[in-house]
Amino acid sequence: MKRLIAVFVLLLGHGFALAQFRIEVTGIGLTQVPVAIVAFKGEDAVRQKVSTIVQADLERSGQFRSIDTAGYVLDETSSPDFSVWRQKRGDALLTGSITRLADGRYDVRMHLWDVVRGQDLGALGNVVVAADLRLAAHHIADYVYEKLTGDKGVFSTRIAYVTKREKKFSLWVADADGENPQSALNSAEPIISPAWSPSGEQLAYVSFEARKPTIYVHEVATGKRRLVANFKGSNSAPAWSPDGRYLAVTLSREGGSQLFLLDLSAPGSEPRRLTQSNSIDTEPIFTADGQSIFFVSDRGGSPQIYRVPVSGGQPTRVTFTGTYNISPSLSPDGRWLAFISRVTGAFKLFVMELATGNASAITDTDADEKPSFSPNGRLLIYATETQGKEVLMTTTLDGRIKARLAGQTGDIREPNWGPFQK
Amino acid sequence: MKRLLLVVGVVVLLGGCGTTVPLAGNGAPVENRSTSDAADTAGTRGAGGADAKGVGQGSVTQVQLSSNGASGSDAALASVQTRTIYFDYDSYTIRAEFQSVLEAHARALKADSTRKVQIEGHTDSRGGREYNLSLGQRRAEAVRRALAVLGVRDTQMEAVSFGKEKPAVVEDSEEAMQKNRRVELNYQ
Repeated sequence: MKRLIAVFVLLLGHGFALAQFRIEVTGIGLTQVPVAIVAFKGEDAVRQKVSTIVQADLERSGQFRSIDTAGYVLDETSSPDFSVWRQKRGDALLTGSITRLADGRYDVRMHLWDVVRGQDLGALGNVVVAADLRLAAHHIADYVYEKLTGDKGVFSTRIAYVTKREKKFSLWVADADGENPQSALNSAEPIISPAWSPSGEQLAYVSFEARKPTIYVHEVATGKRRLVANFKGSNSAPAWSPDGRYLAVTLSREGGSQLFLLDLSAPGSEPRRLTQSNSIDTEPIFTADGQSIFFVSDRGGSPQIYRVPVSGGQPTRVTFTGTYNISPSLSPDGRWLAFISRVTGAFKLFVMELATGNASAITDTDADEKPSFSPNGRLLIYATETQGKEVLMTTTLDGRIKARLAGQTGDIREPNWGPFQK
Repeated sequence: MKRLLLVVGVVVLLGGCGTTVPLAGNGAPVENRSTSDAADTAGTRGAGGADAKGVGQGSVTQVQLSSNGASGSDAALASVQTRTIYFDYDSYTIRAEFQSVLEAHARALKADSTRKVQIEGHTDSRGGREYNLSLGQRRAEAVRRALAVLGVRDTQMEAVSFGKEKPAVVEDSEEAMQKNRRVELNYQ
């Protein structure tokens, strides 16, 4: 009887701690670094298995594959026998430990080794509260990723997205792996277009709570939100300037849908109009230097993506293939443009190299929406539909490695990838 | 007795694993945690550092919005038939068959200058959300212009869009899409 209750507790606890997401990684990358991650000493005693989280992070990036380390007992103080790991064809070895301190916090330590060269790639220690154990694991994954690829890892970043369940809408904040979702806003009316501020502390979004679209800026940690755009007509498509001071938005206050700039440092001030056309101009995004805005316009007869200097001037067209190109997202280095293109009725995610104009479809689904680059520019998150259900996916830019984050409660849409946390 | 204890135990456990809790409206923070294990669940980093109680660096405070009641509308113009104008695919041209609907609303608005109408544009489910919001806006503004031509004052009208967010019929059939491409007139 006791055992039955114990099992039930385990199941319930596990079910609640599990995020809405299940990760399914498909595809094989060109080069995958084989890495051996040994279970961290002491992780049996805590719920968050640090080594498992690190392994899942690295595998989801598509750039690593794991070597079996079952049965090995090592920690960060161990001097590894490299011949063992070379025989298993590992390139790197990660060891570590988790120790509970007297004050209830945890000392998390790790050590990374280059197996091929037999070199020490560094050791880290971090004392965290229990609630930050997952974060400590993500920081370790970032460290390993950066040491072995040269790029910054995005495992400690967050994503925002919207769910719809029956008639309820929620805006969620979750870790980049989909775990630990926390609801920032619950509403009976739709929420669309969430956009992270450059600091990662706020979300701008469009809410229909006033029975018309209006724009809020919402401080995620405190729940403090303020209405920043409720001009006559519709207010939508907020996009942050890189310095966090301005929001480029779409307003219909002067008729049609036109781009305006809101100065958040001067609340109540008049927005500055950016586009002057009789067409639809919407979905603005800033370039990383804050000098230009990419946006969608149907001034040519159907929606295409254009670019215009923030200081003013004639927009120049960027997309030329097909008759319907929307939802632009720019890689932080400015090299790549992701967007959605309608191709014979299907809505497909494309990635274009801006220098050459070459664009490729990188999915085999046909209801793709809202691509958003990771802050290291290596991955895209987007919404799509599989088997009649709305899901979120991440993909490498070449489309080779995809991970599906399948929502288990209701429909899921409108993803936005947050910045590196300071 | 043992079985009763088991049932009670299960009920207690189920009751304990709460889902998100709605707020009273004062914005008090709610912890979104499992009560079965408060020690090391949830919480990532965020703005500030961890506090003394052990809350993680990035906890999120939840805000619950209460739903608004339906806005009042005139009895004579209340039925969906008399306050909805439908559109062809990819079009914001008002078909001739809806002229009488427009004239009825123009009469009501001109008769009482304190009356305000919200003109709400919608699209069917195909296409991106923001672009569809703008397409719905075009439809709403076409109706607003038509009412203005019939003599309704600008101060009595506001044209807004719901894009594809509030379909009248949630289905992918042609009939459903036809019923979703519309403008609704709602009196404030």
